[in-house]
Amino acid sequence: MEGYATYMHKCVITGVAALVVAFGAVSFGRSAEDRNEYGLGRPAAEQEIRAWNMDVSPTGEGLPPGQGTVKQGAQVYATKCAACHGPTGVEGPKDRLVGGRDTLTSPKPVRTIGSYWPYATTLYDYIHRAMPFNAPQSLTPDETYSVIAWLLFQNQVIAEDVVIDAQTLPSIRMPNRNGFIPDPRPDVR
Amino acid sequence: MKEDLREITRRKFLHRSGSIIALGAAALALPAARAEEPNLVEDPMRVPGVLPRPYGERSPFEKQQRLGGAGPGAPHGWGANAPNNFNSLTPLQDLHGIVTPSSLHFERHHNGVPAIDPARHRLLVHGLVERSLIFTVKELERLPAVSRIAFLECSGNTWDGWREAQDVTVQDTHGLTSTSEWTGVKLSTLLEAVGVRREATWMLAEGSDAAGLDRSVPLTEDVLNEAMICYGQNGEALRPEQGYPLRLFLPGFEGNINVKWLRRLKLGSAPFMTRWETAKYTELLPDGNAYQFTLVMEAKSVITAPSGQQQIQPGFHEIRGLAWSGRGRVTKVDVSVDGGRTWQAAQLQEPVLPKCHTRFWFPWRWTGQEAILQSRCVDETGYSQPTRQDLVKVRGLNSVYHYNAIQSWRVERDGRIRNIHA
Repeated sequence: MEGYATYMHKCVITGVAALVVAFGAVSFGRSAEDRNEYGLGRPAAEQEIRAWNMDVSPTGEGLPPGQGTVKQGAQVYATKCAACHGPTGVEGPKDRLVGGRDTLTSPKPVRTIGSYWPYATTLYDYIHRAMPFNAPQSLTPDETYSVIAWLLFQNQVIAEDVVIDAQTLPSIRMPNRNGFIPDPRPDVR
Repeated sequence: MKEDLREITRRKFLHRSGSIIALGAAALALPAARAEEPNLVEDPMRVPGVLPRPYGERSPFEKQQRLGGAGPGAPHGWGANAPNNFNSLTPLQDLHGIVTPSSLHFERHHNGVPAIDPARHRLLVHGLVERSLIFTVKELERLPAVSRIAFLECSGNTWDGWREAQDVTVQDTHGLTSTSEWTGVKLSTLLEAVGVRREATWMLAEGSDAAGLDRSVPLTEDVLNEAMICYGQNGEALRPEQGYPLRLFLPGFEGNINVKWLRRLKLGSAPFMTRWETAKYTELLPDGNAYQFTLVMEAKSVITAPSGQQQIQPGFHEIRGLAWSGRGRVTKVDVSVDGGRTWQAAQLQEPVLPKCHTRFWFPWRWTGQEAILQSRCVDETGYSQPTRQDLVKVRGLNSVYHYNAIQSWRVERDGRIRNIHA
């Protein structure tokens, strides 16, 4: 955890330094507010930005109003997801979603939401934009929250009575939250 | 220096071949002169040729094609395999030079290739900026342009290298890399136009395909200097499979982050932790931890001919291959024909460009004995392509991505070439 926090801190510092260097080099010598040298592009209206601004970050920024329960999620999953991911999220044929805890060091690691994913918010970002595969962006916010609740419950990350919404989802700590380390390459000599 | 080595090698080779012929080795002797029957009906000198055409096509005699791919360990191909294909592989064994024809550039997409009308397509740049702007494709084309020849490689390229070696071709093993001339506008030009705020250190790039693929890009000095929003590939518009009408291009970075069908750039102060940089495109190590944001493609080379499943005859062969590094220029390629016991420098074809396929060649005479052909490259940072053993020692066998070890092709006594782990 400390390593990762340090890493993110470093990224911020490096990023800022890099920006200063780069903009120093290519600046037209005007203030930041007056650099649209070519006059191309038009200002984006708030409404347009809202319509496209669909990402969800680990802080929960971008999560819409709405909520879902494990019980509702079981129904959504059975109708919209089970055909590809199997009745309990284990059987496939597509990506296995459930189980696999404590297998990451084994010869056949099973990477699932419960065993591998570091952030619960990623579920909203991904499911909303890309699932179901044959009808992306077709789930309502309530359906999306519900199916996330069901998946987290199946993976024993939350209890059966937890309601998932814009407040609870970012607060969930995923089992493999500390399982990632920043790129240390070159690592092979 | 390299010229000299090559000349010496050539002279040795000529000397040796002369001796062999003099000794009368039947298999290596020149065949007797034999006249070919003239075919007057198909003599191209006796019939007018085809008139100019609006859009050219290759000769009907040329049959090279991409190969459908379905992931680690899965059989490649079209036909019955097609429904499971989620990528296609470049036929490296058939290509010349360094540029990949656009029609043969590898593909990887995550819910098909979208059909996009460029007149309706927009790019939104927003987030931690002074002013959010929306650009049309035509507006982007009017901005100062930049072109660059560079490779693009899926970090899943060579993923079967982590497993037992299968008897496959170089297209199967290494076909998820290609090189194009990419044309577009520098990312920094757009970031200047919107006035990026100082606290912005990461940028979300989002595609307008059915996967809505999204990746977080760190705004490092390299990215700010080199990233491009591309609309051109090899002199014409991007191919649909490569992101028509717009894609992000980050020279040297893994394919997945070069977001295609680009519709949105959002500046932020932390990575967005999308599925594509957490659940996927991370490398699981033996201790259960995984590398994250492994964006640079490390140096790699492969002999493309003679290569897997090809059949060769005794005699002269120019060993040909490609080398590349996401960290800059390839400075050296060595070739071994004895499984890595001895190495000799290969000749590099100019121009040697940074973060670009580099063609190498090495003259070789096969005498009919078993041989193991290998190449290894070094890049301008001094990084040397590792052996499989050294790579696996550090990363284990469950990384899936970023396999870049030295490739071994065994030439068997009957001239058949086989993919092996030496």
